[in-house]
Amino acid sequence: MDPLLVAAGPITHVGTGETLTFWIIAPIAVLGALGMVFAKKAVHGALMLVANLFCVAVCYLLQDAPFLGFVQIVVYTGAIMVLFLFVLMLIGVESSESLVETLRGQRLAATVLGLGFAGLLVFPLGKVISHQPAAGVATVNSSGGGNIHAIARLLFTQYVFAFEAVSALLVIAAVGAMILAHRERTGPKPSQKETLRRRIAEGGVLTPRPGPGVYARADSADQEPMLPGSPSAGENGAGNGLVGGAPPAPSHLPPGERPPGDGSSGGETGTTPAGGGPNDPATGPGLTDGSAPVGASKGSGL
Amino acid sequence: MNPANYLILAALLFAIGAVGVLVRRNAIVVFMCIELMLNAVNLTLVTFSRINGNLEGQVIAFFVMVVAAAEVVIGLAIILTIFRTRKSASVDDVNLLKY
Repeated sequence: MDPLLVAAGPITHVGTGETLTFWIIAPIAVLGALGMVFAKKAVHGALMLVANLFCVAVCYLLQDAPFLGFVQIVVYTGAIMVLFLFVLMLIGVESSESLVETLRGQRLAATVLGLGFAGLLVFPLGKVISHQPAAGVATVNSSGGGNIHAIARLLFTQYVFAFEAVSALLVIAAVGAMILAHRERTGPKPSQKETLRRRIAEGGVLTPRPGPGVYARADSADQEPMLPGSPSAGENGAGNGLVGGAPPAPSHLPPGERPPGDGSSGGETGTTPAGGGPNDPATGPGLTDGSAPVGASKGSGL
Repeated sequence: MNPANYLILAALLFAIGAVGVLVRRNAIVVFMCIELMLNAVNLTLVTFSRINGNLEGQVIAFFVMVVAAAEVVIGLAIILTIFRTRKSASVDDVNLLKY
């Protein structure tokens, strides 16, 4: 061992401040890792991983490695996790995974293996290492003129070839990501007419949808007004709107019948709130003569 | 407290990450578990750097970080390409390499 380090004396016990911080940080790190593994949504898992990486950065700072600690915060919890979240949002947050096991007993086997692995790592390691003295890097840091200067001296003298190789690797990775993510256009760009034909052929609502918070799916006067408690507020919303293409015919019903909750029956039920005037306390006497304006029926459909 | 407690914490994090890689199907979550394992190894490197009293462990941890960044960039680009062709980010759907 370096005589300088022997003179500095070994560290077997650290200060109470570091002990306290460690016992606060370590459970948070483990909980963050567990939460990332067991989170159903990938975004929640990403946030848990951010917490975990931050705790690991605090561990670096505690162990006299301030350069690595701040690089961890800037690079990992900053850049890499933002990259993860970008790809998550591109792919779609709703792309949930199926919970069906394709290999039988995979989860149980993985849990047993993980527990065994952790036990194998932790118990012998803890037994062997727990009474070994630690030298500490404070001496090396101060003799090199601070942690960052000492690391820079090592990086640019002894490890300069590895440093250059890693920089080449980064450039290759950036170019490779551009090549992988770039999509060459194979056909001509679709014109407006082709886009419109494709939308009509696909079916679905052709008109623009109302804004968020509006329960009606179409804004025309012949549509049934829609409020949260309306009986026909199915997954289609009010009626079927202006729908392109043929309506999907239910195959399990005979041809003359309509299913009761079908959206195409909105034409009949849309007239019932205005017709039931005398029994409806909301419409009042002025609207019972049938001369109500068309727009009034939209508001009275409570 | 002994500095070896950091090693035990790193071992736990590594095991949790390994279980996550084995259990989860979403390719992005699998990737995040790999990041967790790389971080656990980095924590081990930094702790051994402290136990041995030299800075080589911190330098190697720095290299691991750089390689991990390159790996994330390429891996996420591959996941994005697979998602474009197969409309899925599940690792179960990418099984053509078996045959």
